[in-house]
This record gives sequence, C-alpha cells and structure tokens, in this order.
Amino acid sequence: MSQKVLLNAKEVNIILHRLACQLIEKHNDFSNTVLIGLQPRGVFLANRIAKILREDYKVKNIQLGHLDITFYRDDFRRGDKPLEANKTEINFIVEDKNVVFIDDVLYTGRSIRSALTAIQSFGRPKQIELLTLIDRRFSRHLPIQPDYRGRQVDVINNEKVKVHWLENENEDSVYLIEK
Amino acid sequence: MSELSVNHLLGIKYLNKEDIQLIFETADHFKEVINRPIKKVPSLRDITIANLFFENSTRTKLSFELAEKRLSADVLNFSSSQSSVKKGETLIDTVNNILSMKVDMVVMRHPNPGAGVFLSKHVKASIINAGDGAHEHPTQALLDSYSIRETLGEVKGKKIVIVGDILHSRVALSNIFALQLQGAQVMVCGPKTLIPKYIDKLGVKVETDLIKALNWCDVANMLRVQNERMDINYFPSTREYTQQFGVHKELLDSLNKEIVIMHPGPINRGVEITSDVADSKQSIILNQVQNGVAIRMAVIYLLASKIKQ
Repeated sequence: MSQKVLLNAKEVNIILHRLACQLIEKHNDFSNTVLIGLQPRGVFLANRIAKILREDYKVKNIQLGHLDITFYRDDFRRGDKPLEANKTEINFIVEDKNVVFIDDVLYTGRSIRSALTAIQSFGRPKQIELLTLIDRRFSRHLPIQPDYRGRQVDVINNEKVKVHWLENENEDSVYLIEK
Repeated sequence: MSELSVNHLLGIKYLNKEDIQLIFETADHFKEVINRPIKKVPSLRDITIANLFFENSTRTKLSFELAEKRLSADVLNFSSSQSSVKKGETLIDTVNNILSMKVDMVVMRHPNPGAGVFLSKHVKASIINAGDGAHEHPTQALLDSYSIRETLGEVKGKKIVIVGDILHSRVALSNIFALQLQGAQVMVCGPKTLIPKYIDKLGVKVETDLIKALNWCDVANMLRVQNERMDINYFPSTREYTQQFGVHKELLDSLNKEIVIMHPGPINRGVEITSDVADSKQSIILNQVQNGVAIRMAVIYLLASKIKQ
C-alpha cells in the first residue's frame, strides 16, 4: 500500500479560509443559515469551518449541527460489515433555513442522497447546499455536485482519498492511498 | 463491536455484556430519532415482521408495533383469540404458514416457557421473545436497565431490589440476568410464598422485610401480583399484601435517601404502589415506556442487520 500527499497542512489551511470566505459571500451574517457536518468524518471539517468563521471572520450567528445518516443509507444488509451509527445533534430549527451540508470527500454521492432524506425528518429547509473539501471527479453514482469545493481530484477506483485532521490524526493533510 | 452475538433475542441468558452495551448505544440513537418532528427512519423498508401474541398484552404489543413502524418495517398482527389456534393448529404450523408469506422476523408472546427457543429451532426467521410464561421477558429487562442507566448514569455497582411476585414473574428473571451481567447488585423482596425456593443460587439477596430492602437499594422495581397465574392462595388477602409489601409516600419519605421507583406495568394502583408514588417525581414509570420503544427499535434493527439478503 503506497500513499502520496495531495494536500499538506498549509494548503489545507488556505483552502479552509477560502471556503469560509465563499460561505460569507453567499450567506452574509448567517442569520438564516445553518451548517450541518455529516457524521462521521464531515464533522471535523464542519467544526473547523465554524471555528474559522467565528474566530477569524468574527461571524456571530454560526449554528452548527451534526447529522448521522446511518439509518437512511441504501446499503443496509448489503455490505459485509454492519453499519455503525453516530450521534446526531441538531439543536435548532431547520424549517425554512438555508442548510449547508459539510463533508470531507464527495465520492459516489450516496451519503449525500441519504443526508438529503435524513434532514427532512427535522423540517423543510428553504435550500440545501453542499460543501466538500475533496471532490473526486468521474466517480459519481448519482447526479449530485458540490456548491463549494476545496480541491477537485481525479482518482482511479482502487485508490482512496483519506483526510487527516489535527483532532484525530495529529496533522492536517490529505493523502491519496493506493489499495 | 457493532454486531450482536445472537441471531434471535430469546432471553437475556443468551446475551453477553457487549451485546447489552451495543443495544444501549443503538437505543441512544433511536431515542434521538423518536424525538424528531418526523420520528421515522427508512432502514427496514424491506423487512416484514409478524407480531404473534398468544397471550394478552397492551404495552409490549403497542411498543413493538410502534418500534417496527418507526423503522419502516411492514407489520402483521396476530392474536391467538381470533385465530385458527383455537381450531387445533400447532405452533410450528401456525408460524410456518405465516412465514410462507415471506415474513423475516417474528415477535412472539406465549404462555409456555421456552416457546421462543423451541420456535427458533424449527422455523427460519429471527425470533424475538416478547414474554414466554414465567420464563423471560428480555426487552422489558433491557428497557429497565436502560432507564436506570439514563437516570443514575450507570448500572454497574447500583443496588436494585425487585419487589413482589417473583415466582410468577418473567420480568424478575430477565432483570436479574441483565442487572448482574452489568455488575449491579440484585435483591428480591416479597412474601416467602412468592419467592422461588432456590433463587439465592442465582446470586441474589433475599429479603422479606420491605423497609430493610428499601433502605438498602438505589432502585425499587415494583412488580404486579399476577393473580391470573395463581392457582392457590399465596397470601391471606390483598389488603395484607399491601400492608407488608405496598409502597406508599409516607414509607418513601421515611427513608434516609431518595430511591428511584420503577414498575413494568400494568399497575394495580393501591396494591403494590399507591397513586401518589406512581405519579411522584421519584417514579420513572413513564420514562420506562418511552425507552421501551427505543430499546425495541434497537433490538429489531440489530437483529434485522443480520438477516441475509
């Protein structure tokens, strides 16, 4: 198994700030916008984006939630491994809000499809957008595209994109791993 | 661990500590789900579940049915009073006929102890025991432990007394197994005639003085006197039973600590507990009912994930 660095810590940091600025450009003061990190790995990115918005750009009204999509997935009883659920924490109303889904890697689009169904259990958002750090091209199973993307990469099927965060792997970086 | 060690839930006896932990963690997620504006997930769209009740039930039947519907399973309900069982059909025939309609899982309550185990050996479906005679009632024990965990933080090291008709109670036996598996201390308390002779062999304390038992415990689980299962008189009168083993507000106030009161239902108000106790803030009886749906969703979900496509 070999791996190569797609993005290092400095590049990740620049991209996160750019994504934060793009969000501000579209959503102004975030008074009618909520950020939702998708469990499990999108949560790290969502927390980081929220932190940058609050601390570096002094946006006060950031509402951040975490959404678990396990019970909405389309591969229940189909894989070898059982699905493991994570915690959902949405302590605000999503009805009529602009929702921004945040996930680390956009691959087949199936997780996002599940998230689109899951969020409806909480109400009817006005609009839903998608922010993703890595957009894997040519690998979609569904017609889903990101509204904000950190970096677009071409990756062949037996390769895996793995995002590391300071919080869980002691470094900010993105690797391309050959299986 | 993310998978149960069993393919059926026949009794707590067949589970291990990790299974209980997994069921509780999964139930935490479902508890959040059932408090959403839309309390339903699509996980079990392709699963059909038959609820076979050969004995009366209100809470358990409704709770299972709701749990199944919240998971989007298709549900068939069957009660023996309106069925061909009355015409002499055997249990295996009844169930196999139902299964031939492509049913994946069976939730069964039956008056005979061991009916679930028997069925699991003879039919191809995942079986959940919803009470078999005076043997086990595993989902009730799970929701009881889950409610204790929710109220007191953890079950380990806690002292729980089960009061009342231990002899005829499947809830008592399943609770003893579940609580001990999680490291709690268990005591049973009731008239000597309603405590099985060798129950101390299970490692539980036996006490016939209610005040001593209540002073010892953190949680009191009050059981109903099961008159329908009694063929002889086990105590002189209901009044005398209530005087010795009924919990009332003055008794609770006289203790040197605040204990948690539980009851699996249905309550005979004024017999095992008075109304002011059942409705007091120390009572978690209605939390138990709400947790019952989350626990049953967890059990059904985890067993369904093991059914091959």
